[in-house]
Amino acid sequence: MVERPAWAPQGIDLSVPSVSRIYDYYLGGSHNFEADRDAGRRAMEAFPGLPKIMQANRAFMRRAVRYAVDQGVTQFLDIGSGIPTFGNVHEVAQAARPGATVVYVDHDPVAVAHSRAVLEGNERADIVSADLRSPRDILDSEPARRLLDLSRPVALLLIAVLHFLEDADEPSKSVAELRDALAPGSLLILTHASTDGGPRKPEEGDKVEGVYRNIGSPLIMRSRTEVERFFDGFEPVEPGVVAMPLWRPDGTDDEDDPVIYTGFAGVGRKA
Amino acid sequence: MTTSVAEDRADGLRRFAAIWSRAIYPATATSMTRAEFEEYLLRLAGGLSEALRAQPFDPRFGGDTGAALVAAHCTDPEALPRILGVIDSYLLLYCPPGEAVPADEAAARCGRLQHWLAAGYARSLRDRTLAEQEALSRAALAARTEAEQALHESEARFRAVFQGASIGIGIAGMDGSILEVNDTLTRMFGGLEHHVRSRNVNDWGHPDDGPGTWDMQRQVARGERDHYSIEKPYYRTDGTVLWTNLAVSLLRDPAGTPQYMLALLEDITEERLLRERLRFEATHDALTGLANRTLFFERLEEALAPGTGAARIGLCYLDLDGFKDVNDSLGHAVGDLLLVAVGERLQACVTSPGQLVARLGGDEFVVIVVDPKARSEVTALADLILGALAAPIRIEGRELSVRCSIGIVEGPAGALGPAEALRSADITMYRAKAAGGNRFALADPDADARAITRHGLVNRLPTALERGEFFVEYQPLVRLSDGSVRGAEALVRWCHPVHGTLGPDHFIPLAEATGLIVPLGRWVLEQAARQARDWQFPGLDGPPLRVNVNLSPSQLHHPGLVPETVAALAEAGIEPSALCLEVTESALIGADEDLLRPLRQFAELGVDIALDDFGTGYSNLASLRQLPITTLKLDRSFTRGMQHQPVDPVDVKIVDGIVQLAHTLGLSVTVEGVETGLQAEHLRVLGCDTAQGWYYARPGPPERLHALSLVDASST
Repeated sequence: MVERPAWAPQGIDLSVPSVSRIYDYYLGGSHNFEADRDAGRRAMEAFPGLPKIMQANRAFMRRAVRYAVDQGVTQFLDIGSGIPTFGNVHEVAQAARPGATVVYVDHDPVAVAHSRAVLEGNERADIVSADLRSPRDILDSEPARRLLDLSRPVALLLIAVLHFLEDADEPSKSVAELRDALAPGSLLILTHASTDGGPRKPEEGDKVEGVYRNIGSPLIMRSRTEVERFFDGFEPVEPGVVAMPLWRPDGTDDEDDPVIYTGFAGVGRKA
Repeated sequence: MTTSVAEDRADGLRRFAAIWSRAIYPATATSMTRAEFEEYLLRLAGGLSEALRAQPFDPRFGGDTGAALVAAHCTDPEALPRILGVIDSYLLLYCPPGEAVPADEAAARCGRLQHWLAAGYARSLRDRTLAEQEALSRAALAARTEAEQALHESEARFRAVFQGASIGIGIAGMDGSILEVNDTLTRMFGGLEHHVRSRNVNDWGHPDDGPGTWDMQRQVARGERDHYSIEKPYYRTDGTVLWTNLAVSLLRDPAGTPQYMLALLEDITEERLLRERLRFEATHDALTGLANRTLFFERLEEALAPGTGAARIGLCYLDLDGFKDVNDSLGHAVGDLLLVAVGERLQACVTSPGQLVARLGGDEFVVIVVDPKARSEVTALADLILGALAAPIRIEGRELSVRCSIGIVEGPAGALGPAEALRSADITMYRAKAAGGNRFALADPDADARAITRHGLVNRLPTALERGEFFVEYQPLVRLSDGSVRGAEALVRWCHPVHGTLGPDHFIPLAEATGLIVPLGRWVLEQAARQARDWQFPGLDGPPLRVNVNLSPSQLHHPGLVPETVAALAEAGIEPSALCLEVTESALIGADEDLLRPLRQFAELGVDIALDDFGTGYSNLASLRQLPITTLKLDRSFTRGMQHQPVDPVDVKIVDGIVQLAHTLGLSVTVEGVETGLQAEHLRVLGCDTAQGWYYARPGPPERLHALSLVDASST
């Protein structure tokens, strides 16, 4: 990803696959173009079972949002929200608590435009076009100022997004800057790609990394220790940083594909 | 229907829904939990069960079920066979329609429900796919429109910057064809856009292009270099020269392929003109236009530089015989004209680029011969000069005979340093003069030594101080804004028993060479300090009169300089601020911190430091701010052009620039050699602070200054 100054307009090239549209394709959606589907198919070939992992990822997100509402947190900041399909944060949160507010953030202009269309008429949810690498742009945005009261706890969602930041992008610095802006009692909800401890071999991880690198959006697998480090300044809630299905499951599932134990999920509370 | 039948039916539905859910759930992308999903399927199963029993039978309910399953995201292609398989195998088993529907009819109904379910599923999936594709296309279109809008705004901003920039900007393709230029660039080239636009970068050559300019340009054009910046001249539309600071950058596309060449140009024509003029003024004698001492030493050092210099070097040191008599009897004006004529004749004797004529001062000239073929080439040149001066020079209707004495040094370049070579030539010249003049002499170490001892000045100088042969004259420094006397420069004189009164030019270099400069300098300072005390008149307003004293480079090296000066001030009982020390610009060329330290100490004490002869040697304006100086003394050559109408506009511009620069740096400006009221008025308007020169007063005894000050005091 080429760093560009905030004032330089980003071109729209639909022949370049977008990670949000590939994600939609994994989830069975049709909000994607052939270039996205082509990249998605290559990733699935390299790493079979990706759609299952994405479903587990979505399921974790919904459980974590409901957990946040149960904890009395009703403001959500979802960075890297992608193409809104179904079962989004605002649907889950506002179903549980109608007054809940949600600010989505994405840097993909098509995802942003689509979100804007989906959220039209919803006064308690909005989308910001910004980049996780520039937290100040996010926090200073008009929707964030309007919908988030930073003196009260906020649930910060970094679902399947930190692995799109390379170490050179200093993802920890972004997380820390966001953390410092949030009130005590705020929650960090995150998932991260990893082959550490999962059923897939590191070589398969390398292959899928290669697919994403080829489309210009490198994907970085990180170890459990590295993922845990993102929780600096947060106290992980039970059961800590674990495989996605193991985080406060709704029920038991003996028939699930073991591939869904790929990657890590966790929720932390700011002291 | 009995309760038990209803319970059985509900139980059957739940069992069916459980089997159905287990089969489908793994193939869905639903956001429902497994329990929620089973509950969802239970409702659909209830509908199917009723459809089986309904009279009349309507299979279209199967279509609604298919749509409901798509709505629950059971859209994976794998999901459909699972959906239908479970209905086919278990619907009649767990949800039998009852006796009203015969078994074969029930089986047919179950089959038809599945057909309609598949149809409804397909229709719904197609509708959803189309709707999502349309929504995505709209989003893409919206995003693109927004991006284009942003791009448009960005371009408008850039265009404003491009057109409004105060530097010239041009963009060329990789073949050098000029694609875009801004108005500033067009104006710099003379105002015709077509003239600039129609050209190719490669057509912009100029004879004064620096070496390597086009190599760098070709490297950029080949994509081998990303940037260069140089000073480059161009022809304007009208053929005049435009000097620029040019910075060229290669612009690449995101893949790294060279796309454009960007040139930023800053017009430095005026600045360069000023610099060249300053350089010329600094290296040429204002009277004769010949090279001056600075350029002479530059050229000599260049020739003597080890490795790169010349193999041999020749010097002809030339002094006019009896020039003082001309000056005394016919006046300085005639003397000056004579010097100009001599300069022209000398210049005419010099024909090869390896030869340079310089005027060192007074009636002393020198010719350098770089790499003479033989010693005879240098002696032949000396003969030529003697011959050239043999014919009388006609000035103001008078025929003046000029004779000169020439000292020649010729030898391998490594044998002597520049100063030694000149000194040797100087001494040799005295030998020629002592032998009767109108001849040349060749340097010879033994003869040099004899000449030094024979030479009256050198001989007598060490004891002159003891004998009290020196005295000090004062030339007033006048504030231009109101004409009031602010102080005076102390100028040492030697009352020589044979040669009469000699100015510092005649003996200071000798005093430097013999080390006498240190005690002599101390003596002058003590005299001046005492004089300054006498000037602290009671009853006068404003700061007390100041005295300026010259410091020579040797004095700066003397460790006792600062304490001795402090002692002199204390003994005289005057404040450090009543003293200004003048140091020549050339003394500070290449000055290191050791040399500057005493000056900094003086500055800390409150003694003012003036940079004397400013503009004749240094002209490194940037380093001025590093020096602990408070005043610039502008050399007289800069203001000569303002003495009479019409005033030289270039001189005005140069002085204006220097004054502004000095004031920016917090320095005051003193001008030497002010000779006319017109000149004084111009300098006042230009903002010069103080002036000295014959217009106000010649150097004289200290009492004269007293009188001048009193006149000044009474007139205000």
